[in-house]
Amino acid sequence: MTDNFDKSREDGTAAAQDDTARQFLTFTIGTEEFGVDIMIVREIKGWAEITRLPNTPDFMRGVMNLRGLIIPIFDLRMRFHLGATEATSKHVIIILAVGDRNIGLLVDAVSDILDASNNDIKPAPSQEDNTDMQCVSGLISHQDRMVVLLDALKLFNSKHIESATAAA
Amino acid sequence: MSLEQFKQTYITECYELLADMEQRLMTLDCDKADMDQLNAIFRCAHSIKGGSGAFGLSYITDFTHVLEALLDAMREGKLQASRAAVDTLLTSVDVVTRMVDAAKANTTPPADLGAEVLESLKSFCSGPQTSTAPEPKAIAAASGERTYDITFAPHADLFMTGNEPLLLLREVARLGKADITACTSAVPELKDLDPSQCHLSWTIMLQTTRSESDIREVFEFVEDNCKLIIKEISELPPAAPVDVPPTSKQAAAAGDQTERAPVQATSIRVDLDKVDRLVNMVGELVITEAMLRAQARDLPAEKHLGLMRGIDELSQHTRELQEAVMAVRMQPVKSIFSRMPRIVRDLSSQLGKDIRLETSGENTEVDKTVIEQLGDPLTHMIRNSVDHGIETPEVRVAAGKPAQGTVHLSADHRGGRIVIEIRDDGLGINRTKVLTKAREKGLISADAVLSDSECDNLIFLPGFSTADKVSNVSGRGVGMDVVKRNIESLEGTVKVTTQPGKGSLFTISLPLTLAILDGMIVRVGAEHYIIPITSIIETLRPKSGEVRHVEGHNDVLNVRGEFISIIYLQRVFSIPQAESDPSKALVVLVESAGKKMGLVVDELIGQQQVVIKSLEANADPVKGISGATILGDGRVSLILDINGLHQLHQEKPRLGMVA
Repeated sequence: MTDNFDKSREDGTAAAQDDTARQFLTFTIGTEEFGVDIMIVREIKGWAEITRLPNTPDFMRGVMNLRGLIIPIFDLRMRFHLGATEATSKHVIIILAVGDRNIGLLVDAVSDILDASNNDIKPAPSQEDNTDMQCVSGLISHQDRMVVLLDALKLFNSKHIESATAAA
Repeated sequence: MSLEQFKQTYITECYELLADMEQRLMTLDCDKADMDQLNAIFRCAHSIKGGSGAFGLSYITDFTHVLEALLDAMREGKLQASRAAVDTLLTSVDVVTRMVDAAKANTTPPADLGAEVLESLKSFCSGPQTSTAPEPKAIAAASGERTYDITFAPHADLFMTGNEPLLLLREVARLGKADITACTSAVPELKDLDPSQCHLSWTIMLQTTRSESDIREVFEFVEDNCKLIIKEISELPPAAPVDVPPTSKQAAAAGDQTERAPVQATSIRVDLDKVDRLVNMVGELVITEAMLRAQARDLPAEKHLGLMRGIDELSQHTRELQEAVMAVRMQPVKSIFSRMPRIVRDLSSQLGKDIRLETSGENTEVDKTVIEQLGDPLTHMIRNSVDHGIETPEVRVAAGKPAQGTVHLSADHRGGRIVIEIRDDGLGINRTKVLTKAREKGLISADAVLSDSECDNLIFLPGFSTADKVSNVSGRGVGMDVVKRNIESLEGTVKVTTQPGKGSLFTISLPLTLAILDGMIVRVGAEHYIIPITSIIETLRPKSGEVRHVEGHNDVLNVRGEFISIIYLQRVFSIPQAESDPSKALVVLVESAGKKMGLVVDELIGQQQVVIKSLEANADPVKGISGATILGDGRVSLILDINGLHQLHQEKPRLGMVA
């Protein structure tokens, strides 16, 4: 997994020089497919038991040890109010560098690396009052699939989270 | 390295030099005009001036120039190092500090900053002798013409430092009538000649009216790169009385040269971030080692002898490495202790008291983070001793004590902790007064009977002050409780013992480092938490029925007559499948910020030193949790914040019940 990722990162750097071409790491939750900009992906790990953090929103699964760093893990399914993920060793944690923090996303599986140019990205339908929709930075239709691109910074920005939980 | 980086280095150096100057000036006050000290102080001022010119900080240059002139007059013996002069020098150190502050913030200080001090500096310079103008050169001009035999032998690598001997010689020649002879005996054959090296040395016969220090000043910047001998030939009597004969002064100067070079070579300046990274990595190594060991335990030992031996060696090296890395962060407490004499001096003269501060154990080392946070509480305690502890000379004499009071500040390593003691020979704590005040303020009940030591420690309660009048110094009620809180936030303890009429002894005990914590691992349901050992009083299993539910309040436990509120960790943290009956579980009695409480846990797992990791680096802070650590099996375990738990408990007692 890591080798694969390292290779893709090199490609990503090369592609980034052309500012219209971008790469996205796509992953699935149930039947939905999501994507994040590959430049913020640090690594991909299999699910391992993590330590629960008390009195935190329910999509915050807890913290794990990543080579000495304490990383919070978020359940993306729970974040979108689709219920808690029954995590098994087949589930995957994607470690992202968001701002100056490192966070982990618990997802069902990583599917692909998607090449797209800025022209391929369609804006998300605007819904001002829906905080969940504000986390969506765009949509890409790829073959017969639709990939929802996520803005990780907004996804777990504590202000957005508060309003999201309040709404929930 | 950009100019800006050089400037930052210069500013850091300035602060060090200023601190050094201040410290030396303090000792100068006691034993009159020690030539070595004066020279050292002069060098500090000179270095600050030198650098300030390079960065165009003209306000520092101008001020230090006058400062330097006064110091020069002192070391030439033209001016007595009187108390008044030293006081002025001390205030000028403050002024320069503020100028450096301004330089650091890239602002220009107010134009009149230090103007007053500057005037008094100048008045000292031109004071007793009308002939002594601020310019050092002018001071020397009063003396007659002398002849010096100067030997100047630069080291071979002189050019590497960008120095040009020709310019120096030209400068010397300008001082008077010079007869310069070059010594070419060391010049090799042409084929062996390395043109980047200096092979020449010079002897100079100089007839001049200038002083020897003027000549030395020419060579100031090559001092460390050459052999320099200056001998005075004609023994004309010096114009002004000099404390030390010139020969010993020369020896001192020469001694300085040999002394300084090795000091520069044995220490390097390292960015703190780099050290922290090192500390972190070693912390990881310790965890990895523990993981390896746990894995290897299950293997049949006879088949893996080499592996076992390897792991044993690894653990030993890791431990040594950890100690060595921790030692890098360790610093002597001197850096805080050295600030205290000034405080005592200023304060005692302000209060009309005569107080001597004795320090010992300045070289005791403790982690840098502890040092940084110890400064304020310690300053406060010293001020407290000076203000409340020591009496005025009249009172002391009447009580049959020496007029001069003594405050003794000491540091010592005891059992893996650092113990700092502040002992004064003053009044001691007036227990009757303390008790009355405490009752007045309702801090204790009117009929409470307290032991002497309990009574003494009342002074650490919030809002407590026995000072009858609020002074500039203390008595505003922000006092020892803040000290106690600060010390406790460093996982330390503070206590006081007193002998009425004879004095008090404050004892602070602190861990050597904040990176490592002594913790008790406890289990609640399936979760493991760590309680800092320093906050644990005892652990007990109450009999059934001993925990009572107080209507409208929480559960309380009667421990030897004291009612202690019970906090169910499983409720405040919503942990499933934990024991809810305290008589079947355990109650860990803990204390924080003066409040005692009992935490209900399922099991004590064991005591362990853990490396503290920040949770906040990546996650939002969680109430009741102060940090995290990684246990031997690689899992994250959370460290409980006792104070935060208490607040959490008060916020949601009933919410917890429902869950």
